[in-house]
Amino acid sequence: MVDHPNLSYDEIYKDVDAWLQEHWDVSRGLAAWREILVEGGWAAPTWPEEYYGRNFSIEQAGAVNQAFDDHGAVGVAQGGPGRLASHTILVHGTDAQKKKYLRPILTGEASWCQLFSEPGSGSDLAGLATKAEKDGDRWVMNGQKVWNTSAHHADFGILVARSDWDVPKHQGISYFLINMRQPGVEVRPLRQMNGHASFNEVFMADAEVLAEDLLGAEGEGWKIAATTLSAERQGFGGDRSGGKVKDLPGPIYAEYRDELAIALEPYTWYPQRAGRVDLVMPRAMETGAISDPHVRQELAKLIAMKKASDLAAASAVQKRRAGNSNVIPEGSIGKLAASVIARQASHVHTLVSGTDSMLKGADSPMDGVIAEILISVPAISIAGGTDEIQKNIISERVLELPKEPRFDTGPFRDVPRNLADI
Amino acid sequence: MQVGFTEDQLQFRDVVSRFLKDKSPPTAVRALMDSEQGYDSEVWQQLSQEIGLLGVHLPEAYGGFGFGPIELGVIAQEMGRYLFCGPYFASAVMAGYAVLNSANEEAKERLLPEIAAGTKIAALVLDDLSDAATVGTGISASGGRLNGTAGIVVDAHVADTLIVVAGTPEGLSLYEVAPALASVTPLDAIDPTRKLSRVTFNGCAGERIAGAGVDIDLLWDQMSTVLAHEMIGGAERLFETTIEYMKMRVQFGRQIGSFQSLKHRCADLLLELELAKAMTHEAGRFMASGEGDAYSPNMAKAMASDAYLGVAKQAIQLRGGIGFTWEEDTHLWFKRAKASEMFLGSPNWHRERMMQRMEADAVRAANG
Ligand SMILES: Cc1cc2nc3c(=O)[nH]c(=O)nc-3n(C[C@H](O)[C@H](O)[C@H](O)COP(=O)(O)OP(=O)(O)OC[C@H]3O[C@@H](n4cnc5c(N)ncnc54)[C@H](O)[C@@H]3O)c2cc1C
Repeated sequence: MVDHPNLSYDEIYKDVDAWLQEHWDVSRGLAAWREILVEGGWAAPTWPEEYYGRNFSIEQAGAVNQAFDDHGAVGVAQGGPGRLASHTILVHGTDAQKKKYLRPILTGEASWCQLFSEPGSGSDLAGLATKAEKDGDRWVMNGQKVWNTSAHHADFGILVARSDWDVPKHQGISYFLINMRQPGVEVRPLRQMNGHASFNEVFMADAEVLAEDLLGAEGEGWKIAATTLSAERQGFGGDRSGGKVKDLPGPIYAEYRDELAIALEPYTWYPQRAGRVDLVMPRAMETGAISDPHVRQELAKLIAMKKASDLAAASAVQKRRAGNSNVIPEGSIGKLAASVIARQASHVHTLVSGTDSMLKGADSPMDGVIAEILISVPAISIAGGTDEIQKNIISERVLELPKEPRFDTGPFRDVPRNLADI
Repeated sequence: MQVGFTEDQLQFRDVVSRFLKDKSPPTAVRALMDSEQGYDSEVWQQLSQEIGLLGVHLPEAYGGFGFGPIELGVIAQEMGRYLFCGPYFASAVMAGYAVLNSANEEAKERLLPEIAAGTKIAALVLDDLSDAATVGTGISASGGRLNGTAGIVVDAHVADTLIVVAGTPEGLSLYEVAPALASVTPLDAIDPTRKLSRVTFNGCAGERIAGAGVDIDLLWDQMSTVLAHEMIGGAERLFETTIEYMKMRVQFGRQIGSFQSLKHRCADLLLELELAKAMTHEAGRFMASGEGDAYSPNMAKAMASDAYLGVAKQAIQLRGGIGFTWEEDTHLWFKRAKASEMFLGSPNWHRERMMQRMEADAVRAANG
């Protein structure tokens, strides 16, 4: 446990407010401002004091965010993968690694991607087969990764690869920090069925990693990956939203908007894949479908389901805050509920739009938003762990039903795998 | 009660299937769905001239082969299976049936042989594709002039002639309009393997070709039955490739097809698909013979829609991430399933129509 400094919300707000009054200046360039921000110690208040932070709690950091928003001041660089990298490096990195990598993440000078999933191992992430071979003071990587958001403009990647094939699968994985700007790394965009290309495939052919860029110990990769994945699940709660300042006029905001546009571009269709429940009622009113008794039934089911799911999630959070550990993993239940809701929403949107749901793009309802829902919803039950995997977690870990027999507990070399990986 | 196909029909299926397998592989489908025209002129010619599929359901007197809804269903099922791209459904099925049912003799003699030969592509303009009962409220005709808009018309962008169902004071009537006189605007379709346009008439001249009134219920039943065949063909193909994938794909040291939860899901899907197939083939037989339940086409379209979409969703889900990519072919069939769901009446519409017909039968029976 870290000790948070004994400062109230108001005290913190006053400090930041004073600091911003002195230092915030819209006429500065973005890079110059970020240097000042990092030096001033307000870049990452939840981080430890040795590394640009102040050991603040999430609540305390909220005061900092508020003051920044009130001044219209720009914060550190956004972007999911960079946050995952910094979090993992903070927990498991050496001092040298922290010195080398953390600051450029905050300033936005270096961007990151996550190299975990492989074509041969998705649900079974620990079955990954990218080879990491030690060669003197470097590691040589060979293999393929997939679903890598932002890899096409990333400078570095957090990478898990297999360094030992003779131990059970979880024990032979190591965690690396890889430089993406090298000849052995090739990044190709991956197009989805909804037309967006939010992800990439990353091919490694004798790609190099310096020995000093192994994170943690050899063979500890799975444990370290768990740190990354739990940060991923926690979402972006501790981050500054950036939402309030991004519409302001001025050159620094324009720079910031450009940076955000690149970071957020892969996510523009994410609300659609969740089904856009918010649009169902207005659309039903607008089209007149609201008077169809069958549509009414389906719509009512959807709204009730969504409301109940929000309530269940809120109650789980409350119980956990109150120290009750006997809470159904909110993640798995919530994720399953999200899938059911998205599918029902897609169904209702189809009913409401009628034959117009045969169209897409500018010719279709809401300038293509409805069509994008219909062809994006299938992703929600796959991305971030499939529905089937969530159900396995619920039935085996929550309900404690007997586990499935396993065929992958021996040395990884002998575990049956996809032909393409052998 | 005859169930199943005759030897000749099965042989015919083989011929059609071989042809489409060869001419409509996914590479060709992808090329055509990106093209403006949307079909391959050479294959279109072979389809009509070499194996004579366009006029299979049309009488010999009009250049057809004199077969009926069953053979037409066989073709549609295979076309759905191979996601055939071309104005077959629009011209041979929709327009072909409309002209055959309702046009006067002169128009039949003029139009049908060319539709059967593939030398003329006709598109049927209906102002409503969701509800047979409201057809004719959007496009009206009087004094040889047409006015109104059809929001979605299949393959109008390549039509040589437009066959229009229009409302008149005497009821629905059939008109022929030269495409150049109408305004035809291609639309972006969610399923790019079936091209759609919007067609607007602004007082343009049309030739009244109706011999009698238009029996919209009959036409709708004919079209729905063929569409249901197309849908189960697509569903079969997706189902088969999904099962193959599950035997191949390994996670956790085992084939994913070995997980019992997935096996049961596949068994459920097979059940749904087999029921939809049985009903669809029954609808074909009903349309051919008139024996059976008048609402068979409604049951067929509703069940085929639900089965196709159910299979298509699982075809993606059971492939995991790869199933959501553009490169993998599954989404092509998924989009056809999605677009066909609402085309010619949603499953709900068809179930409602089925109930109306059942109720009417029951009332008739009660009144002796
Ligand atoms: C839109 C989208 C975004 C994504 N974003 C990311 C990302 O940012 N980072 C990242 O690393 N990955 C990402 N992924 C990848 C995603 O995590 C994987 O696709 C997912 O975990 C499934 O793995 P897979 O695709 O290899 O499918 P597989 O694991 O091959 O699964 C195939 C089917 O088998 C089922 N199955 C597998 N194991 C079992 C079992 N034990 N019991 C029952 N059923 C089983 C699955 O549920 C699925 O239906 C993304 C995927 C999508 C579609």
